[in-house]
Amino acid sequence: MKYLNDTTVMKRMKSRLTMNKVWKTIFLLATLLALLTLVILLVRIVSQGAAHLSLDFFNNFGSRFPEKAGIKAALIGSIYLMLIIAPVSMILGIGTAIYLEEYAKKNKFTDFIRMNISNLAGVPSIVFGLLGLTIFVRMLYLGKSLLAAGFTMSLLILPVIIVASQEAIRAVPKDQREASYGMGATKWQTIVRVVLPAAIPGILTGSILALSRAVGETAPLVVLGIPVILQFLPDGLLSQFTTLPLQLYDWAKRPQEEFQYVAAAGIIVLMVLLVIMNSIAIFIRNKFSKRY
Amino acid sequence: MASQGLGREHSVQDLIAKSRDKKGKRFVEKLMPIVLVTIALISVLTTVGILFTLIFETFEFFQRVSITDYLFGTEWLPFSGSEPLFGVLPLVLGTLKIAVIAACVAVPLGIAAAIYLSEYATDKTRRIIKPVLEVLAGVPTIVYGFFALTFVTPMLQELIPSLKIFNALSPGIVVGIMILPMIASLSEDAMSSVPNSIREGALALGATKLEVSLKVVLPAALSGIIASVVLAVSRAIGETMIVSLAGGATPTFDLNVTGSIQTMTAYIVQVSSGDAGYGTTIYYSIYAVGFTLFIFTLIMNLLAQYISKRFREEY
Repeated sequence: MKYLNDTTVMKRMKSRLTMNKVWKTIFLLATLLALLTLVILLVRIVSQGAAHLSLDFFNNFGSRFPEKAGIKAALIGSIYLMLIIAPVSMILGIGTAIYLEEYAKKNKFTDFIRMNISNLAGVPSIVFGLLGLTIFVRMLYLGKSLLAAGFTMSLLILPVIIVASQEAIRAVPKDQREASYGMGATKWQTIVRVVLPAAIPGILTGSILALSRAVGETAPLVVLGIPVILQFLPDGLLSQFTTLPLQLYDWAKRPQEEFQYVAAAGIIVLMVLLVIMNSIAIFIRNKFSKRY
Repeated sequence: MASQGLGREHSVQDLIAKSRDKKGKRFVEKLMPIVLVTIALISVLTTVGILFTLIFETFEFFQRVSITDYLFGTEWLPFSGSEPLFGVLPLVLGTLKIAVIAACVAVPLGIAAAIYLSEYATDKTRRIIKPVLEVLAGVPTIVYGFFALTFVTPMLQELIPSLKIFNALSPGIVVGIMILPMIASLSEDAMSSVPNSIREGALALGATKLEVSLKVVLPAALSGIIASVVLAVSRAIGETMIVSLAGGATPTFDLNVTGSIQTMTAYIVQVSSGDAGYGTTIYYSIYAVGFTLFIFTLIMNLLAQYISKRFREEY
């Protein structure tokens, strides 16, 4: 009553099992290669830039001399820019998400808005720069100012914030809304007092991640014509400014080797800024998000 | 009397009736949908603004340069004073070189990583590796550009002595590294959504894990994987800072990848940072190039949406 001959089975299976093992290793190596690149990138930048990091580096403005070059104007400019992008993009993004999830009927118009948002997410950032150059810088006479750049960047990250907010709002269970209606609350009351408080951790997480993308973005600002080196700090919404990535772009382009170290030091600052923002986002996600 | 009064005050029906009378509240209820739909329309307005800007300024460009010269010209020499040439093909070719090299790096590695994460890795490994891939995706492109210029190019020069400082190979590889997490993560999502019953069916028939991965899961998730590749290549086409820093500024119409090139995006950056005067032909040319770039990425994005919708396997 023996249907299977163990030795023949083993003989036939052996090569297939070996293949399985070989390919498993190949797949693992491919995955590790990606991680290895990240490690090399970080190690290299830290080893190049750490020596240039000093208090002076934070206190000096941009300079033609590598030893005097600092990131004061760029860092402050990046932070000011963030302060404009955050409220503008979040109001627009959350508003759109509330409309789409809570009010929009299932019709062609809603489909059109949804399709439009997903296509907008695929538009290259440099094209947003062209949009900003024509509309904000020239047509609305905002010039190469904080406000023009802030609006341009807000539109750039808008699709990301909309999608993240939509997901967060959708995750709030229907019973909670119905319980609120059952208690006599109106639709807007339900949204403000039930849906949004439950969705806000998800919305914040998505928004901070989107914002960290805007902080690292360079291309649209180059197109707007934002200066790369400034000797003063911005003093108003219509003031000129520069940002960290722009400053880095200028340093990286310079032929003198010393500027490579300055650029690496600037990259460390930028990456630390991004790590802080991402950590806040992860903290909010882990601490406040509820599972239903 | 007093208790009666209290009872009346707290009657639910009364509260509802009272709140119905509040005019402000009804006003807010009516106003908010209008406010929100206005906000939602801003995203539509953005698209309209992009199209308007690109079409309007490109139209201005074609008043000065003939459209056939632009589309079929093989020489892009906008800065040669007396007789500038605006043939876009060298820029398109430069962009395609970067996209192809990036895809050669990212597609095999990305799909391999996706198979590992979805089919082989334990939950614990996955929870460590996925965030690292997210970090890799979050590195600003300017940092990748710096990495390409100061690390990858010198390293490649050791291997290929004829490689120029500015070339297509190094930024192409780095763009590939940049889009790798996107392919890995989207493909992994597609593979994870293949139901376990199908895997178990194949395993029960005596298939090895590799055979299940390649012959069962991969075909079932193929539409999602192809869509992720198309999206990632579209991202590579629109990538700007890596190619501006490490690719150079020489639009050439050949298939050489060791010499300096220029992509569409790098040209826009070159003109923008050089501060070309408003109203010159060169100024309008960045919109024409931007429009060309926009069409490329739009087609690829629509293609990705079509593939994932049309060929999706429903379980």
